This record gives sequence, C-alpha cells and structure tokens, in this order.
Amino acid sequence: MDLVVERPEGLYCPPGDFFIDPWRPVERAVITHAHADHARPGHAHVLATSVSEGVLKSRLGDDLPFFGLAYGERVAHRGVTISLHPAGHVLGSAQVRLEHGGQVWVVSGDYYLSAHDERNPTTPPFEPVRCDCFITESTFGLPVYRWRPQAEVFADIDAWWRANAAAGRPSLLLGYSFGKAQRLIAGVDASIGPIVVHGAVEALNAAYRAKGVALPPTTLVSEVPDRKMLAGALVVAPPAVHASAWARKLGAFSDAFASGWMALRGARRRQGVDRGFVLSDHADWPGLQRAIRASGAERVIVTHGYEAVMVRWLREQGWNAGAFHTEYGGDAASSVDEVAAPAPAPAPQIGGERHRDGDRDRDSDSDPAA
Amino acid sequence: MRRFARLYAELDASTSTDAKVASLVRYLAEAPPEDAAWGVYFLAGGRPRQTVPTALLRATAVRLAEVPEWLFEESYQAVGDLAETIALVLPPPMRRSDVGLAQWLTERLLPLRGAPPDQQAAALAGWFDELLPDERFLLIKLIGGGFRVGVSKLLVQRALAQHGGLDAKLVAQRMMGWADARTPPSAARLQALLAKEAQPVLDAGQPYPFFLAHQLQAEPESLGSPADWLAEWKYDGIRAQLVRRAGQVWIWSRGEELVTERFPEVVAKAQALPDGTVLDGELVVWKDGAPAPFQLLQQRIGRKTLTKKMLAEVPVDFIAYDLLEAGRQDLRAMPQWQRRERLEALLQGSGLLISPIVSGQAWGDLSAQRAGSRQRGVEGLMLKHRQAGYGSGRTKAAGVWWKWKIDPMTVDGVLVYAQAGHGRRASVYTDYTFAVWNRAPRDAAEAQAVVEAIGRREPAQPDALQLVAFTKAYSGLSDEEFRGVDARIRATTLEKFGPVRSVKPTLVFELGFEGIQRSPRHKSGIALRFPRMLRIRDDKPLHEADTLQTLQALLDAANARS
Repeated sequence: MDLVVERPEGLYCPPGDFFIDPWRPVERAVITHAHADHARPGHAHVLATSVSEGVLKSRLGDDLPFFGLAYGERVAHRGVTISLHPAGHVLGSAQVRLEHGGQVWVVSGDYYLSAHDERNPTTPPFEPVRCDCFITESTFGLPVYRWRPQAEVFADIDAWWRANAAAGRPSLLLGYSFGKAQRLIAGVDASIGPIVVHGAVEALNAAYRAKGVALPPTTLVSEVPDRKMLAGALVVAPPAVHASAWARKLGAFSDAFASGWMALRGARRRQGVDRGFVLSDHADWPGLQRAIRASGAERVIVTHGYEAVMVRWLREQGWNAGAFHTEYGGDAASSVDEVAAPAPAPAPQIGGERHRDGDRDRDSDSDPAA
Repeated sequence: MRRFARLYAELDASTSTDAKVASLVRYLAEAPPEDAAWGVYFLAGGRPRQTVPTALLRATAVRLAEVPEWLFEESYQAVGDLAETIALVLPPPMRRSDVGLAQWLTERLLPLRGAPPDQQAAALAGWFDELLPDERFLLIKLIGGGFRVGVSKLLVQRALAQHGGLDAKLVAQRMMGWADARTPPSAARLQALLAKEAQPVLDAGQPYPFFLAHQLQAEPESLGSPADWLAEWKYDGIRAQLVRRAGQVWIWSRGEELVTERFPEVVAKAQALPDGTVLDGELVVWKDGAPAPFQLLQQRIGRKTLTKKMLAEVPVDFIAYDLLEAGRQDLRAMPQWQRRERLEALLQGSGLLISPIVSGQAWGDLSAQRAGSRQRGVEGLMLKHRQAGYGSGRTKAAGVWWKWKIDPMTVDGVLVYAQAGHGRRASVYTDYTFAVWNRAPRDAAEAQAVVEAIGRREPAQPDALQLVAFTKAYSGLSDEEFRGVDARIRATTLEKFGPVRSVKPTLVFELGFEGIQRSPRHKSGIALRFPRMLRIRDDKPLHEADTLQTLQALLDAANARS
C-alpha cells in the first residue's frame, strides 16, 4: 500500500488518515516547516517539530491545536509510526518519516543539501533517512544549479559590505525574513560593522534566539540611535522593500539580493539590484541527487519544482520515479504572479511591520522575481 | 581573463554610468597594456571570427557535464543563454589558472580556429576545467563571437579619455575602426590610442565618428522657424561613410564595419572624388529613380558572393547628405548649411546622388510632404539645424539632427503563442505571436465561440471563422507590462510545445510596423518591417481585432507606390 497519495487537499497518508503540508484545511496535518506555502491555516490538529511551535503559532494563531515532536522522536497514529528529521532548510524544518506495514516513506518538505559538507548554521543539517520511497522537492532540479561552498559566498558578501562601509554607504541585503535573513546574519562577519534589520526580520530573529540559535546583535532600523551608524551598516530586509519608500529612507545605499535564483544572469538583471548573491536554503542539483541516493529508496516521487525533468532523469538512471502535483512554492521558473497565485494566509503577523511590508515570505527561494 | 571577467561582472551588474566608468578606468589602470588592448577591442564591439563551431562547444559541454542532450536542452530553456548554460552545467574546475586576456587570444583561442574537432574539444575540456563559471561564460562568449556587455561606446571612450588624460572626442576619433581591426589589438596600438600628441597620423581609411540623430517627440513648432532647418528625406538603408584617401576608397557602416567589398558599384563611382574626401550618407537599393524597400538590401547583404545577376537586379547607390572632409580638411566644425553648399559643389557631375532638400515655408508644408513619405519609400523627414556642426555619436553639443518619422502602420492583433525571452528576459514570456481574424466576426458571440473551440483544442474548420497567425513581436512593453502579460499567459496556457506555449486568446494588442511586404517565406504570406507592440488594448473586445482584409489593404497601399 502506498503510504502517501495525492488528494485535492494535499499529500495524504491513507492508513494514518492525515495530511502532510495540505493546502486546504483538514482534520489532521503534519507540517514540515512554517513557510506560508507549507503551513496553511485552518487545520483542526497540527503535528510539527517542537522547535517550530513558536513561529507556527505566531503565523497560524496562538490557539493552534499543536502537538510537538523532538527531532527523531516517534509517535504512533493508527498504526503509522511518525517521526520528524532535520531538513536543514529553516528553523524547525523537518522531513516526515512514515512507517507502516514494513514500509518506510519519507516526505522531504523543503531541504538544504549541496555537494559540499557544510550546513546552514541556524538549523541542524539535513539528515539522510533510509526509506523505500522518498518524496523529494525539486525547486532547483536542473544541473545548472550548483551551489558554491557557502564560505565563498559569505566571503563575497563580506567584501561587498566592507567596500560599501569604506565608501560610507549602507549595504541593503535583501533576503526572505524567515530563514534566509537569519542565515545571512549568522554567516556574515559581524566585526565589519553594525547589523541593522527590518521589523519583519527582527521578529523572526527573536524566534531563532528563543530556540538557542546564536545570532550576532541586531538593531531595528527604527531604533538606530544615529543615522551615521547606517553608513557602515549591513541592513537586512525582506525583498519587498526593494525600491520602496522604506529603502529610500536609508539614503544612498548599495543593494543586493541573496537567493538561489541569483545563479542565473537573467534573474539577477531582472532583480535590478547591484549584486546578486547565490545563496539558497534548498538543495541544488548535486544535493538532490545526493539526498536521493542517501535515502536508499527504490522509488522516488518528485514534487514542486522541475518535476518532469527530475522524473525523466531518475527513470533514465534506473529509479522507479513519479511526480505529485502540489501547490507549494510554484513553477520554479515562473514569474512572481504565478507564485503569488494561492492566496496568502490571513494569519496574525509577527511584529507590526510584517503586514505593511508585504513580504509574502512563503518560502525563502520559491519566488525568483519577488 | 580573471581581471576581464571581474570587469565584465561589474559592468553587467551595475546600472549607474558613473560606476561603469569607474570600473573601466580601474581595469585600464590595472591590466597589463596588451591585455587592456584586447579588452578595449571587445568593449568597442570587436568580434574575432568564431574559433570553435557552436555545435562542438555544445556537444563538448554535454559530454563533460555527463547529462543527456534533452536535459541540457531543458537547462538551456531555463537559462536562456547557451554560453551561460554551458558555464553552469559543467562540474566545478579541478584547477585554477590566471592567463592574461592577450595570451588567451593570441596563444590559445585564435590558433584553434580550423584545428581538427577532436583537438578543439580537448582544448575546451582543459580550459573549462581551469575556469570558474563566470570566466567560462566569458570564454565561450569570446569563442563564439557573442560578447556583448551593457556599456556604450561613449562610456568606453569616456573611460579611456579619463584614463589617458585626453579629450573624449579625440579618443572617439582615434577609436574609429578599432573594432574592425584587421590588425589585431596590441599594447602599441593602445599606446597610440592614448598618445598625448595633439593629432597622431590616422590610418588612411579611418572614418569619423558618426553623428547620430534623435527622435523628434515634440511637435516641430517647438523647434522654432522652419527657415533655421534643412529638411531631407529619411532613407531606410544602411548609414555609411565613404572615405576617399590615398588613392583608395573605404566604405564604413555605422557599426564601424568595413563593407567596401560589398558595394563595388559605389566604389567605382567614388573613384571620381578628389583625394581627401569623406562623405556621410545612406546606402540604398535604387531602382527606377527611387529607393526600394529595405528587404531587398537585406537580401543582398545576406549573400556571401555578389553575382552579376545580383548586381544588376539589386543595384545599390550611395545618397550623400554630408561632407565631413574635403581637401584633407576636417569640416565637421563648419555649420551645416556651409557643409551642404560644399557638398553640392563637390558632387556636381560626379554621378553620386545627393539627398535632396525638402523645402517648405511653414511646418505645415513640411508636414504635408512628410505625409507622403510612404509613397516615396522613405521613413519621414530629417531636420538638421542650419548652424549645427557635425557632432560625435549622440552628443547634442554641436547641434542636433532630428528624425521626424511618420507614424507606423498599425494593426490590432490577438496574442496566440508566447515564448520566453533570452538574457534578462529568460523565463519570462516576452516573445509573442499575433493573429488576425480571417474575416470580421459577426459579433462577440461568434468570436467567443471560436475562442472556446480553441480552448477545447478543436482544430479550426477550413472555411469557418478563425484566427490566423501573421507576425511575432517582442518589444514595446515596459517590464511591468511584460510581467502582467506573462502572468496572463501562464494562466491561459493551453499547450506547451517545447519552449512555446499556446494560449487561449484573450489579449488584443495594437501592433506598429514600418513596412509590409508579401513574403513566400512566411506562413501568412506577409512580412512586416520592425513589428512591435504599441500598447495593450484592454479596451478592445476580441471580436474587434483586425482581419486579413486589413492587412491586404495595407499591402495594396504599400504596393501602389511601386
């Protein structure tokens, strides 16, 4: 029996009678992580990692009927053993392992893995889980996506920041406020200058710090004591502030966008920023292959991204491969409008500024043109 | 190469002209002169002949990346640029090298031209394995002759002037022909370009920087009295300079390409000119005392060898409209009217054509004559201030030339297919195919029924109402409009054929074009010149889009003149 099938509401586990990251309200949902396209509102019961509880509740409501699991902790439900394992994507992100009738299936959610042995410093690294069937994302499922070692990318970001600071101008670094922003803040050389953040970013910084993730000190833009401080500062903000009144108030700055999509020159140029740094919280092509091999699965089901490409490639490599249609992220090569198609969750927002800045923040990388 | 790759990345990333000039100046200061000479050559638009065939480049990349051909093609469709796809799809390099640009060209790339394919493939494999993706990208662009960067010649000249402490106009003058370079770039040539001496000896055939015209957006009345202006027809040909010096003739295109050999009949006539003469003018196909459509000229340029038949059937003439040098004297600072008088005196009886002056007492007179442009086979009028000097490039300091073009012909077409663009438009649907009705729909309901049938993928009935594709267009919209249309296309996609999507027809566009010709090479039987989108007609219901009869009428009107 297949442990996960496609339903109009989302990916469904028939023996356990629950859904995984459903896009419609359901009775029981297992949530891989708190990005808006995976964690939708309206479910009667939610199971997720304990680490993600704070962010999930701040987005879906404090009264969220939440059941938390530690990484690796097992729980049985209607004969299905459920456990959650690190995916390396954002705070609290997990792969879902399901065991039933001698079979093991794993749903990856979104995960970060590359050819290099390195980790996202803000969350435990992707843990390969042996299984019979691996359901994998494919956001960057083309062989042109190969991440450089992140140390090199951070060296570039630091050099850019340093040069701007020397020239007396702020460095406005755009990245999604949940996940990418914290990874940036944790990864840069904080000795270069002060780190100033947008309100939407600071709200999530607090959630990370509450879970013991070490981040260098950050200051809200609205609380910067002296505008001179901005001249040498790294200002971390969501992409939505690009070319906004909020950004103009910083004065003459240099701007940059950190995203996996910045790997392509066309996307970089469309973005209209001074620099594009290729930094993703998703697996690149070598990372996807690595995860699939490490799972030991004979059967692979591909979701959100380049499903058709990955399925054909995996079949040619001898896998039993298929695809599920999901409503996460979006067609990887799509425009902002298509990604924005599903209505954003009308959830209570963290902090006061989130709502105004319009940061959709569904997924750190699923939106190439935001 | 590393240095040039960094310069390229900086120029590519920046939108500020000051920042671009600063990057260029830094490069010129840091790069060894022999490398900088090649750098300037490429930035000035220089393109050595392709050293390795594209098919071999691609096949080598597919082999080294260990991906199947279809997967490479999928990647290419997403990336939108072959060089970039190759640069990214290959595994990271095992080694790193830092060979200078000059050495890359003279010792590695140029000698590879014409080598056996396996030798070329082996060389490529070695090089790919010592370069990072951005360096590979540049290498492939240099190999394939597709190097382009978002920096104008004017900016390169500004940077060179700043670097050498020279006047930018002098640099512009000295740079003419750099890109054509039959003699390869070298440290010595760069030194000559930057020499402090007032007027170094020019190459005998060197042209002057072209003075470029600006589009007249305002009403002509804003220009003051028509008596201050010289009006001429605006020809639709190839802008060219004819240089007669040292007993020889050179013809340069506006792209600074030497095209002398392609126009032997013009060269023959130019032999009669006195030595030390430079004319500015237009190369046009001239038949029965009138200019022929540009398409004919295009056909002639497209041929590798010029046959006698071609010369007889598609004769090209040079219509002179300015005199830049006479008696070895640079006349460019002289007022327009004076250059014009000298031009008329010089060409009298020479057999070369002069662009006639269009006279009119009032703007209304000129406007009325301009309205007849299409019948004359011209694009409108040129207005040149009588006191204007001959400037350099798009500068306005010496005076201005205005293009006062006629409004384009227009047709309202329906968007039926879309394809993603290239470069910065990769992955955005920006290249569209438009259709017109084969006859006017009776009403909205009849048109809607056809649209619904298309939505159900039913083939059109032969004699029934249907949409007929007739042209492609991919320019004229703002980035924001393109984003909106892109979203509509994704929402209304019916089928995907490789990179092309068919959509359920919902969008009407006003399309503009400069000419219409019958063409057996096009499915619809017609070819448009410069088709582009003028605006989205959200106000226009689908059934009011134009028809084949509209196109036929435009075609008849266009043919009526010849």
